[in-house]
Amino acid sequence: MEAFIKHTGRAVPLRRSNVDTDQIIPAHWLKKVTRDGFEDGLFEAWRKDEKFILNQPERKGATVLVAGPDFGTGSSREHAVWALQNYGFKAVISSRFADIFRGNSLKNGLLTVVLEQKTVDALQELTENDPEAEITVDLETREVRAEGITVAFELDENARWRLLNGLDDISITLQNEADIATYEAKRPSYKPRTLKV
Amino acid sequence: MGRTLAEKVWDDHVVRRAEGEPDLLFIDLHLLHEVTSPQAFDGLRQNGRQVRRLDLTIATEDHNTPTLDIDKPIADPVSRVQLETLRKNCADFGVRLHPLGDVEQGVVHVVGPQLGLTQPGMTVVCGDSHTSTHGAFGGLAFGIGTSQVEHVLATQTLPLARPKTMAITVEGELADGVTAKDLILAIIAKIGTGGGQGYVLEYRGSAVEQLSMEARMTICNMSIEAGARAGMIAPDETTFEYLKGRPHAPEGEDWDAAVAYWKTLRTDEDAEFDAEVIIDGATLAPFVTWGTNPGQGAPLSASVPDPASYEDASERLAAEKALEYMGLEAGQPLKSINVDTVFVGSCTNGRIEDLRAAAELIKGRKVADGVRMLVVPGSARVGLQAVSEGLDIVFKDAGAEWRHAGCSMCLGMNPDQLAPGERSASTSNRNFEGRQGKGGRTHLVSPQVAAATAVLGHLASPADLSDADTPAPAGV
Repeated sequence: MEAFIKHTGRAVPLRRSNVDTDQIIPAHWLKKVTRDGFEDGLFEAWRKDEKFILNQPERKGATVLVAGPDFGTGSSREHAVWALQNYGFKAVISSRFADIFRGNSLKNGLLTVVLEQKTVDALQELTENDPEAEITVDLETREVRAEGITVAFELDENARWRLLNGLDDISITLQNEADIATYEAKRPSYKPRTLKV
Repeated sequence: MGRTLAEKVWDDHVVRRAEGEPDLLFIDLHLLHEVTSPQAFDGLRQNGRQVRRLDLTIATEDHNTPTLDIDKPIADPVSRVQLETLRKNCADFGVRLHPLGDVEQGVVHVVGPQLGLTQPGMTVVCGDSHTSTHGAFGGLAFGIGTSQVEHVLATQTLPLARPKTMAITVEGELADGVTAKDLILAIIAKIGTGGGQGYVLEYRGSAVEQLSMEARMTICNMSIEAGARAGMIAPDETTFEYLKGRPHAPEGEDWDAAVAYWKTLRTDEDAEFDAEVIIDGATLAPFVTWGTNPGQGAPLSASVPDPASYEDASERLAAEKALEYMGLEAGQPLKSINVDTVFVGSCTNGRIEDLRAAAELIKGRKVADGVRMLVVPGSARVGLQAVSEGLDIVFKDAGAEWRHAGCSMCLGMNPDQLAPGERSASTSNRNFEGRQGKGGRTHLVSPQVAAATAVLGHLASPADLSDADTPAPAGV
C-alpha cells in the first residue's frame, strides 16, 4: 500500500447523499480480474450527462472528492475504491461513510475523512464557487485545510500509523502467527470443515 | 454485567487483543465467489503465500453465471474469463469449488446454510455484503473487501474494531400475508440506510422467534441495507432442527457438544445494547420500495410520497432525484404502478420456502399479458427440490420463465437484465439506480407480492388476488 502523509489538490464537490457503490462502479465493471483500469467506470451512468460535475473541464485533475452523507453504501466491492484511485482521487471527505467502503479505502491508501456536515457544506460551497480552490488533507497533523477553513478530523491511531507508513496488514498479522496457531489448537472438534483433513 | 449475543461470539473468536490495536478475530468459515476473489489470489501469488486453512474455505460461482443454456460455453467473454480465473485459482491453491453445473452450485449465501456449513456461534466472512445472511443462525457474519479476502486466505483472521450493538425488537404477531421481507423493509425505512452503521443488529422478540430459518435469513440478509455489516438472531430449536442431518452438521457426541454451546448463545438478561429499536409486528403490512435506496419504502396501500414532505434537505433532494429516476409522481397510489418484469430469486428470497410461497399464489393463474416473470432458484439444490415438488411446472404453466440457479437479475452481471426504462418488482435486496440493468427501475417486494404483481401486472398484495381468481384468457 502506498503511504498517505499529506495531500493537497483541487476538489470535486458531489452534492448527493447515499451514493452507493453501484453508482461508483457499476456491476458490469466487476468482471475485470485486476486492480486497475476502472477509471472509465467511475460514476459511469452519471458521466453520460454532460452537466455532471466530473465532466466539467475545470474539474479535470481534481484529487479530493467532497461527497454527501452516507457515501459508499451497498455492496462490499473494493472496486469502488480502486475506481476512485484509478481516476486520480487521493482523498474523500464526507460526514458519513458506509462501514465496508471505509474499511476498504483505508486498506488501499485512499484516505476517507469524516467531517461534520456543516464543514462538508462549507468545503462544497468553497470549491463550487472556486474550482481552483485547493484542499489539504494532512494525516500527520490530522487536519483538513482550505481557504478560511482549518478543521481537525478523527482517525484511530492504528489505522493512521498503517497509512502513514504504507504498511501491509497481512505482514503485521503474520508477526503474530503463534497466537493464531494457539487459537487453532483450541478450537472445538464440532466446528465444521469444508474438506476432510 | 451480561453480554449480548454479538459480544459472546466476538469474545470467543479473539486470537489476540492488545492496547491500541484492533482485535484479531479468527474466521470459522470463508466463502468465495468469482467477483471479489481474483485480485486476492493474485496478491497471495505475488507474496508467495498459501491459503492457511483450506478446510475452512469453500468457493462457488454465482454472480456471472447464466441461468439459461448452462451446458454451453458462456457467451460473454469477460464473464467467462472471470469464472475461468476462479477455477484456476481454486485448482492452483486447492480450494473446494462448486462450479456451474455442479449440484451444490448456487448463490454463495444459499449454499453455505444448505450444506450445514453455517452454524451458530461462528464467524463467517465473504467478499460480499450480503454475508450478513448467515447471522440468521446466531453467528457473526459480514461482508469484506478484496484486501480482507486476501487477509483471510493468508491468515484465517481479520483485525477488526469491535462494533456497537443494536437490538431490533419485534413483538406481536405478523398479520396474514406479511412476511419477513416486509418486516425488514419496514425496519430499513424506519432506521434509514445509515441507521445501522457501526452496529451489529440483533433481531429479537416474539415475532422474530416465530420465523422459519428461511425467513430469518431474509431479514439478516438485508441488515447491510440498513448500513449494518452484520445482523443476527439467537439460535433456538428452529435453528437446531434446520441443521440436524445436513451434510456438514455435527454428529453424535459432537452434535450434543455443539448444541450445548449453541444454547449459551443468547443475550444475557442484564446485557445492555448500545441502541434499541422497537417495532410492533402486528401493525405491519406488505411493504414495497418506491425510490432508489432500500430505505425509500412504504406500505403497499400507501401512495408515492411528496418530496416536499421531507424536512431534511438532503432527504428531500434524494426523494426528488429518486422520483425522477423512477418515473413516478408524488401522490400516485403504489398499487397503480405497472411493471414489465417480475424477478423471484436472489440471496434474499431465492430459497425453497420463497419459491413455494410464490408458487402457491400463482398456481392456476396466469402472468399478466406483457409481463415477464423470471423465477431463479437460489441454488441448484433449491432448483432440484422445487422440481421434485412440481413448482417448476406451476411457474411454467402460469407463463413464467423457470431458470437455473445464480444471482441473476439481482445485479445483472449475467444476461438477465432490465432494459432502460423497464420496471421490475423484484424479491432481491437493492433498488439502486441501474442495479438490475442500465436505466432499469426496481421495486423491492416479497415473493408473495411479486407473485400477485405478476398476475395483476401492477404492484399488488396477495389479498388483491381474490378478485382475480379467474385466469386471464391466453393471448389477450
